Amino acid sequence: MVSTWLLLARTWTRAALQYPATLAMLSAGVVISTSLDLLTIVIVFLHVPRFGGFEPAGVMYLYGGAHIAFALSNVLIGSADRLGEHIRTGNFDTMLIRPVHPLVQLATEDFSPRKVARLVPSCLVLGWGISRLDLSPGDLLLTALMIVNGTVLFCALWVLAAAAQFVLLDAAQATHVITWGGEFTVQYPMSLYAREFLYAVTFVVPLAFVNWQPSLYVLGVPDPLGLPGFVRFLGPVATALLCLVAAAAWRTGLRHYRSTGS
Amino acid sequence: MVYALVGWLSFRRHSAYLAASIGATVSNTFFGFLRAYILIAVWKYKPDLGGYDVLDAITFSFLTQALIGPVQIFGGLDLAQRVRTGDVAIDLHRPADLQAWWLADDLGRAAHAFLSRGFAPLAAGWLVFGIVLPGPAQGAAFLLSLLLAVLVGFGMRYLVALAVFWIHDARGVEAIIRSCALFLSGMLMPLVAFPGAVGAVVQALPWAALIQVPADVYLGKRQGWDLLAAYAFQAGWALALLLLGRALTRAAHRRLVIQGG
Repeated sequence: MVSTWLLLARTWTRAALQYPATLAMLSAGVVISTSLDLLTIVIVFLHVPRFGGFEPAGVMYLYGGAHIAFALSNVLIGSADRLGEHIRTGNFDTMLIRPVHPLVQLATEDFSPRKVARLVPSCLVLGWGISRLDLSPGDLLLTALMIVNGTVLFCALWVLAAAAQFVLLDAAQATHVITWGGEFTVQYPMSLYAREFLYAVTFVVPLAFVNWQPSLYVLGVPDPLGLPGFVRFLGPVATALLCLVAAAAWRTGLRHYRSTGS
Repeated sequence: MVYALVGWLSFRRHSAYLAASIGATVSNTFFGFLRAYILIAVWKYKPDLGGYDVLDAITFSFLTQALIGPVQIFGGLDLAQRVRTGDVAIDLHRPADLQAWWLADDLGRAAHAFLSRGFAPLAAGWLVFGIVLPGPAQGAAFLLSLLLAVLVGFGMRYLVALAVFWIHDARGVEAIIRSCALFLSGMLMPLVAFPGAVGAVVQALPWAALIQVPADVYLGKRQGWDLLAAYAFQAGWALALLLLGRALTRAAHRRLVIQGG
C-alpha cells in the first residue's frame, strides 16, 4: 500500500511538473495564503496584548503545530474529500475496478509538491514560537508526538469526510466543516470559542487533541473547561477511537455504494 | 433579449444542484461562527475599533460569509477552463459579445447564490447573537451595493480567465489572486481594523469593493453623500475592470489559434 502510494504520488508529481509555471504559482499561493493568515494575527496583536489569553509566542506555537499536522495529513490523504465529485461523474466506478485500494487512489489524486509547500511557513512559525518559549527537551519531544498524533487525527477526519460523501454526494462541501473547518478551528487558541463549542470539539469531533490539549500542558496553561490533567495526554486514545469510527464509516459507505445508476 | 435569457438559464442551471447549495451553506455558516468568536475577542478589548461595536463585528462575520456565494471570492470563472480546452472557440463564434455573455451568465449565478446561500448564515447569526438586521431602506441600499460588488468580482475573474489565452493554465494565478483577495477584501479581518496608512491603501483597492464596502452599507456606516461615495467607488472599479476586460478580449481575439479540423 505504501509503495503504491509512493508510485502514484510520483506519477502525479510528474503530471504537475508539466505545468511548471502553474506549479510555482500554486506553491506561492499556498505560502502567501499562510503568510496573510499570519499577518492577520499580527493585526490582532496590534489591538490586543493577549489573544485568547496567549501572548504571540503561544499563539504561534498553536498555529504552527496545527498547520504542520494539517499540511502533513493533506499531503498524505487530503484529496480524499473529492469522493463526492467522483461518484457524481462516475469516475469512482473506474477506481473500483483498478487493482489498487480506492482510498490510495483517492489519497494520491492530483498529488502535487505544492502541498508540501504548506509545510514551509508552518514550520517557520512553529520554530519562531518555540524559540520564544524556553521549552525543555521533554516538551520538544511532546511537541513532536503532538504533531504526529495531530496528523493521524486529521487523516482520520479526511477519511470520515470522504465516507460521509457516499451519502451526501452533491452536498460534499458540508464535510469541509470537519476538514478545512477543523484546520481553521485549531489554528487559534480554543479559549476564544464558546464553552458548548469547546465541549463539542473535545468529545464529539476530538479536534482539541490535535494541538490544544497537549499545548495546554506544554505551555503550562490551565484548561478553560477545567478538565483533569490526564486529559492532556489522551490524544492517542482520541485518535485511535476516531480512526476506528472513520474506518467503520468508510467500509460501510463502500459496501452500500451502488454507483449513480444514470 | 439574449443576455437576459443567458442570465435566466444560468440561474436555472444552478438551481438544479440543490444539495450542493445546502452543503455550501452549511460550510459558510459554520465558518461564520468561528470568525465571529475571533472578532469578539478583538472587539471586546477594543469596543469601538474602526467605528464598529462588538455586534457590528459579529454581524460582519456572518454577513460576509453570506457574500461568499454571490461574489464568488473563492472561485474562478468557468470561462478559464473553456479557454484552456479550446471550447472558447465556440463562444467566440456566437453572434454575441463574449464579455456580456459571461457577465449575464455570472449575474444569473450570483442571483441564485444569494437567494440560496445568503440567508442561512444571517439567520444563524441572528438566532445565536442577535446580529443587526437592516430596515427596508438599508436593505435596498445594500442590494445595490451587492450588485456592484458582483460586477467588480466578475470584472476581476474575467481578467484572470482571459489570462489563460497567454499562460495556458489559470490555476496558479487563481490560487494567488484568491489568497490575496481573502486578505484584501476583509474576509480574514475587517479592513477597518487595519492600521493607519495600510488601512487607507487596502480600502482603496478593488477588493474592498467586494466585501468591506457592501458590509459597511449593510451596517449603515455609509449614509447620505457617503453612501453615494461608496457606490461611486464600487462603480468606478467595476467600470475600470470591465473596460480592461474589453481591451483584453480584443487582444485575445487576435491571439486565438484554433487547432485541429
